[in-house]
Amino acid sequence: MSAEIKEKKHELENIVTDYKYGFKTEHKNLKDTGKGISEAVVREISAIKGEPEWMLNYRLKAYAHFAKAEMPSWGPDLSEINFDEYTYYIKPSEKAENSWEDVPNEIKDTFDKLGIPEAEAKFLSGVSTQYESEVVYHNNQKELEEAGVIFMDTDSALRQYPDLFKEYFGKVIPYADNKFAALNSAVWSGGSFIYVPKGVKIEKPLQSYFRINTESMGQFERTLIIVDEGADIHYVEGCTAPTYSADSLHAAVVEIYVRNGGRCRYSTIQNWSSNILNLVTKRAVCEDYAHMEWIDGNIGSKITMKYPACVLKGEGAKGTTISIAFAGEGQIQDAGAKMIHLAPNTSSTIISKSLSRNGGNVTYRGTVEHGKKAKGAKSHVECDTIILDSLSKSDTIPYNIVKNDDVTIQHEATVSKVSEEQLFYLMSRGLTEEQATEMIVMGFIEPFAKELPMEYAVELNQLLKLEMNGSIG
Amino acid sequence: MQKPVLTISELHANVEDKEILKGVNLEIKGGEVHAIMGPNGTGKSTLSSTIMGHPKYHVTSGTVTLNEANVLEMSVDERARAGLFLAMQYPAEVPGVTNSDFLRTAMQTRMEDGKDVPLFKFIRELDKNVEKLEMREDLPHRYLNEGFSGGEKKRNEILQMLMLKPNIAILDEIDSGLDVDALRIVGEAVNSMRSENFGCLLITHYQRLLDHIKPDFVHIMMKGRIVKSGGAELIEKIDREGYDWIKKELGIDDERVIVEEQKRKVTSIGTCATKEMLDL
Repeated sequence: MSAEIKEKKHELENIVTDYKYGFKTEHKNLKDTGKGISEAVVREISAIKGEPEWMLNYRLKAYAHFAKAEMPSWGPDLSEINFDEYTYYIKPSEKAENSWEDVPNEIKDTFDKLGIPEAEAKFLSGVSTQYESEVVYHNNQKELEEAGVIFMDTDSALRQYPDLFKEYFGKVIPYADNKFAALNSAVWSGGSFIYVPKGVKIEKPLQSYFRINTESMGQFERTLIIVDEGADIHYVEGCTAPTYSADSLHAAVVEIYVRNGGRCRYSTIQNWSSNILNLVTKRAVCEDYAHMEWIDGNIGSKITMKYPACVLKGEGAKGTTISIAFAGEGQIQDAGAKMIHLAPNTSSTIISKSLSRNGGNVTYRGTVEHGKKAKGAKSHVECDTIILDSLSKSDTIPYNIVKNDDVTIQHEATVSKVSEEQLFYLMSRGLTEEQATEMIVMGFIEPFAKELPMEYAVELNQLLKLEMNGSIG
Repeated sequence: MQKPVLTISELHANVEDKEILKGVNLEIKGGEVHAIMGPNGTGKSTLSSTIMGHPKYHVTSGTVTLNEANVLEMSVDERARAGLFLAMQYPAEVPGVTNSDFLRTAMQTRMEDGKDVPLFKFIRELDKNVEKLEMREDLPHRYLNEGFSGGEKKRNEILQMLMLKPNIAILDEIDSGLDVDALRIVGEAVNSMRSENFGCLLITHYQRLLDHIKPDFVHIMMKGRIVKSGGAELIEKIDREGYDWIKKELGIDDERVIVEEQKRKVTSIGTCATKEMLDL
């Protein structure tokens, strides 16, 4: 990098400071693969990680598919993506840490600003924090170990539990699923791996914090969760990213397998900075009487495309998605849910709350499919939208596909502006217009917020207040 | 503390270019309870909403002052913080916002900078008032008016009044939808507020509320104006004889200024969505 470019870069970094979590910690990257993607880059990533042959081959097949796959054309315009501009692998430190004391100071500093250690004390039973591409801090508490729960970064899981890993990896979301799933499959790094043994119920949520900390760096974490028969787990993933001046790409894959009678709840609030393209594939497969719940919040990023899916393949399986999407200035939130009913008496619920303001564009895009064998299946879809000003946009695009005649689908949708009567009512008790609007919006997303662990609900509240600031007047 | 005075003079107001208030004059002082009676459609509710500053009502001339401050120049929230309170005929429902959060936020707006509503005192006072109004114990945790019966909504308005302690309260048909017991409870609550620092305007068309809250002054509204004022004896006369004698005295056939109620219209969006939109 020339001195001039370096200086320019430094300047830009100083300019972009208005984002709440827009601080950046200096940290020396030990290894990266440089800009751009090729078969050689994929081989290098696999070599750095010292992976088994099958994973290298999997990555290479995925890369080949990625190279020829079309960009999705049915959603937001992604033509600005230039795959040569991203760095696909950066390693921040030599190996994953298991004790907070050993974590490098710069990284600690970043997490301190996010309040991770305090959060852990109260709510967490395990922490796995992703910093750039590799998990650096990892702490399995005793309780988890004693229960036989495996909770570690995905790279370590590949080394330590090769058979279990191979049995499930790429089964829920094959690399050929879509272009970005293929990209992730080729260059994935980090993410969480969770295995919950039969009958084990963990009440406290397991939590991971993700954070991008290098400019123009794609983050391609790969999460794999296996909930064995009758087991029960709640996993919380949180994202806040510093602001950078060049676009960053986040293309994650989350695969979840819920065996007979198991239950898994996956909660996340993404608050990527406003330059991030967030293109994520999340899917769960549910066996007989298994229950999958996606609690999915989308507040940040420039463009998000995310439709958590439940494949209800076992009899009586149940899928739930409760989501919010908030699009502010320059943001496109294209989010929703998919419920694929493949077995009798399966049921699903989708509750989606969308908000747009300051020219933001929010779309609910969802699919409910009832296959031939899904006799007696039921689904309920509720999507509500508030548009906060006349600059902003919202669309509701529900697909219902029904292939048998014994199903029930309820679909409700509302679109409204902040009601003048509600505003008048709250203001007549002394709240300013801004306070009143904020209160109405917080009430609107309450069905989502109440599903979150308390500290996340508080954080969501603060994030939305920041987003709402200056929206009135 | 200065005794509050709300002065309304020659107030004219429009709704959608139609004049509803046609020169209202009224003065309410601390310690006084006024009642405005009159048949439907004579402008009573318009008067109360106009005083509070509802955006649908446009003042074309006249003045409203509270302790000499110009109320008409204030935003709705400024009016509230200045000491005005309107118990609404149709309180809005705000899903997802608990009564407790709402009340505490409303009270917080009245605190000095840097000071917070004392939490335990707030909870004690809220619980006490919920009990006093014989409301459901879980009221603080229920969402603001959502799924409330008509009577519950009215009691909730009174609850807010008790908590916010306004100087001038306007109670717009607080009696509609209340049974005999509720009427007594609401009456007792309003009476408990009576002091030199509290003036009250009751809007009603039934005298039964006035059995519980004895007004010092009674006004009759017709054609967008106060056409007759007097004491409690007016209530009895109206109860006995209705309003026809006043119409005869004034030489009018139709006392109304509002012939049709504002209707809500339902707009359909595509095939799957319907929204209820206020016709604004």
